[in-house]
Amino acid sequence: MPNYRLNVNGRQQTVDVPADMPLLWVLRDTLNLKGTKFGCGVGACGACTVQINGEARRSCQTQVSTVNQAITTIEGLSADGSHPLQKAWMEVDVPQCGYCQAGQIMSAAALLRSTPRPTDAQINTAMTGNVCRCGTYLRIREAIHLAANGGRRA
Amino acid sequence: MKNTLNTKQLDRRSFLQVTALAGGGLMIGMYVPEALSQQRGPGGPAAAPVPSNYITINPNNTFIVMAKNPETGQGIRNALPMIIADELDVDWNQVTVQQADRDQAKYGQQIEGGSTAIPSNYAPMRQIGAAGRALVLAAAAENWSVPVTELTTASGVVRHAGSNRTATYGSLAAKAATMQLPANIPLKDPKDFKIIGKALPSIDNLAIVTGKPSFSVDVNPPNMLHAILEKCPVFGGRATGANLDEIKKIAGVRHAFIVDPPAPAAPGAGGGRGGGGGGATWASGVAIVADNWWIANNARKSLKVTWDEGPVAAQSTLGFSAKAKDLSTQAAQAPAGGGQGAAVVGNVDAAYTAPGAKVVEAEYYFPLIAHAPLEPQNSTAHFQNGKLEIWSPSQIPNVDPCGVAAGITGANVTMHLVRAGGGFGRRLVSEYDIEVSKIARMVADERTAAGQPSVPVKLLWTREDDMAHDNYRPGGYHYFKGAVDASGKLTAFRDFVATVTQTPVPANEFPRGFVPNFSVTSGAITPFGIPTGALRAPGTNGTTFAMQGFIDELAVAAGKDPLQWRLDVLNSPVAPDPAAAGGRGGGGGGFSAARAIGVLEAVRQMSNWDTRRKGLPRGTGMGVAFQFAHAGYVAYVVEAAVDANKKIKINKAWAAVDIGRQIVNPSMAVNLVDGGFIEGMSHVMNWEITIDKGAVVQKNFPEYNPTRMSHVPAGLVEVKFVLSDNNPTGLGEPSLPPAVPAITNAIFHATGVRIRTLPLKNAGYTWLT
Repeated sequence: MPNYRLNVNGRQQTVDVPADMPLLWVLRDTLNLKGTKFGCGVGACGACTVQINGEARRSCQTQVSTVNQAITTIEGLSADGSHPLQKAWMEVDVPQCGYCQAGQIMSAAALLRSTPRPTDAQINTAMTGNVCRCGTYLRIREAIHLAANGGRRA
Repeated sequence: MKNTLNTKQLDRRSFLQVTALAGGGLMIGMYVPEALSQQRGPGGPAAAPVPSNYITINPNNTFIVMAKNPETGQGIRNALPMIIADELDVDWNQVTVQQADRDQAKYGQQIEGGSTAIPSNYAPMRQIGAAGRALVLAAAAENWSVPVTELTTASGVVRHAGSNRTATYGSLAAKAATMQLPANIPLKDPKDFKIIGKALPSIDNLAIVTGKPSFSVDVNPPNMLHAILEKCPVFGGRATGANLDEIKKIAGVRHAFIVDPPAPAAPGAGGGRGGGGGGATWASGVAIVADNWWIANNARKSLKVTWDEGPVAAQSTLGFSAKAKDLSTQAAQAPAGGGQGAAVVGNVDAAYTAPGAKVVEAEYYFPLIAHAPLEPQNSTAHFQNGKLEIWSPSQIPNVDPCGVAAGITGANVTMHLVRAGGGFGRRLVSEYDIEVSKIARMVADERTAAGQPSVPVKLLWTREDDMAHDNYRPGGYHYFKGAVDASGKLTAFRDFVATVTQTPVPANEFPRGFVPNFSVTSGAITPFGIPTGALRAPGTNGTTFAMQGFIDELAVAAGKDPLQWRLDVLNSPVAPDPAAAGGRGGGGGGFSAARAIGVLEAVRQMSNWDTRRKGLPRGTGMGVAFQFAHAGYVAYVVEAAVDANKKIKINKAWAAVDIGRQIVNPSMAVNLVDGGFIEGMSHVMNWEITIDKGAVVQKNFPEYNPTRMSHVPAGLVEVKFVLSDNNPTGLGEPSLPPAVPAITNAIFHATGVRIRTLPLKNAGYTWLT
């Protein structure tokens, strides 16, 4: 199997995996980064969202051999929960089961990077690919606004 | 007034157990023999009482509190420890919550299902916390030679005001472990609660938002291999052959074998897959076990299996519908009565022909649906030296069928409970636990034969596996006929149900008891080889759509406001009907008209129903529905707008909820109501499972689309808890069922089109985004 050099959360790593192995499974099973989640395997739920070069990407639809830019996973956003979105998620008490939330936060982080003060419509567009089966969308939207507003309630 | 725990009363069924820990700690637990005997089935041996450890008091005055139940997203890992901690009278930030393993000798029932965790644990958890506090108080009283009545507690510190002395619980723990429990243990006056009733964020939030391994799928013991199980797309089919030698040649594949179905007489295999955790078993198929999951799953592309599809291959949704129609025709011609769940009061036929009667007939249909929790089914097991260790995401963890699958007794199974990425009833049938037990045993045997050490195995299903092999919410075909008299009073209500469940309508379902002539009869759709099971609010999650939709039609026929008409009916009980009062009501005791009226009046006020509904723009409507489910009462009013292209926008939903006098954690409670409503939107618009040639048609989320962010405007759901003087009950289930008809009734008000068939996508509707 070929070797691939990946920059994951600022660390250079070499993985020896098949070329068509999706990044999701390289992260989870090869690099033991379990925060990125498997939900559908077809890019329809967003649970596997990571950032590649700052843009939200579905890691289940991204073959490892195609990745040549920096990867950020939920573990790389901050390990201690200090990223503004992580803080907002905790303050708003967003999760129910919590399974989708890493993907939600990674999509939201990419949104705030390009659109620091998003409207509801912009949030809808950026987040509608992320399923929350428990239905925590109202709190997700509230947390994104809270983080965008520097942690202050609007 | 303080509540008092009488330990003499308690002794008949419960034993509080206290154990000193090395290093000065104290453990206190509760053993509930009755719960155990119910769990183990009739005639099962009672387990010997074992000291349990709900509370550990550490010498440094921190506290470990056990979370006894599985967590699938309802916040029970917060709620039950919060109750203990409050009565113990410690601060929440002094508490570390620890997840209990599956051990019913220690913890009694450990189930996430039926919204039962709060009603069945609220009082016992209070008693355990209060007992811990009582022991610490007794120790302090003896140390200081003062009466217990002169002592107070706060934040894990005992205080004697008279002598201005204080002592931490931690400093008293060693002595407390030697104290006798007093005869009467006071419980807090609820007005003194410091933790119960506070909106406390989940203890797991930090781990979740930083991506720490938290879920069943993240379990990762050393040297673990990864498995898939390819099953027959047709329910009940079995694998008779496969190109295993070819599969084993794929790089990274370590094992590949056919899993035979259980022998017909295998203990623990009876009852069918839909029969709950105890009745679940493994399915036949082909297991592929590899170094990582993607290799195992990718090998399926090369897998060729020969299947014996069995008799279900002849079944389809079209066939079920035709059978339902046949049954309804027969039922209309035959005398009233009969079928599972039948209830007949008075004479509906006479009421239809009474002078002045207005008769309404309607057919309602709701489909099979899948649970689709976001974490696909998975479980991890290690078979070694005749014992099985398993990490289970089950809502109803059960070691016995896992033991059967691994060829050992349940006593040789250790089961860890791991957070699950959603349940919704899906994980009340735990065949993945059983399948991984079987696969782990077969892997262990192959490795032993090859002189290799035993390793753990994780079985992970794909989304497609889960969609194709769920235990589906049963669909329903309801054939209604009702009548109102010239004054608009409800005189007859008939529902014939073509069904695949034993209780097509809960025994005390409204309007039974509020109409002189009432008839529910049913006919069974057979053959029906599709596994069904409980989905959030089983018994009512679909039926409420049909019942509350038809009740709306009767209100229109009566010429009345649909909310007021429901109140009028509730205020007009007919002669008491003992069966109606004693029924399960979708899982929780008798129906109370007063509580139903309470939530309807509350939602009327919240939504400003009487004036707002009269001033809506064209194409916008407001609908109402209520339901009694799993001991809770919920009424929704929904405002929805429908445009000329059948695009629907839900503007607002008001929810009035009565689950008793105390909300344990208001933050999670509101979250669960939001989620119940938003799940209802999925039921309304998109969710259906159809069967063709014995297999499920829908494959993945593109064909089974859940509600999305863009369908849910900011501030969509407004929740009010109506605090009635009743014991606290659960909220996972009751928030869902009336959401569905409140939406469809709003669509009727907006458009004049009555929605009688779900999901709406089949009639050309979409959400406005």
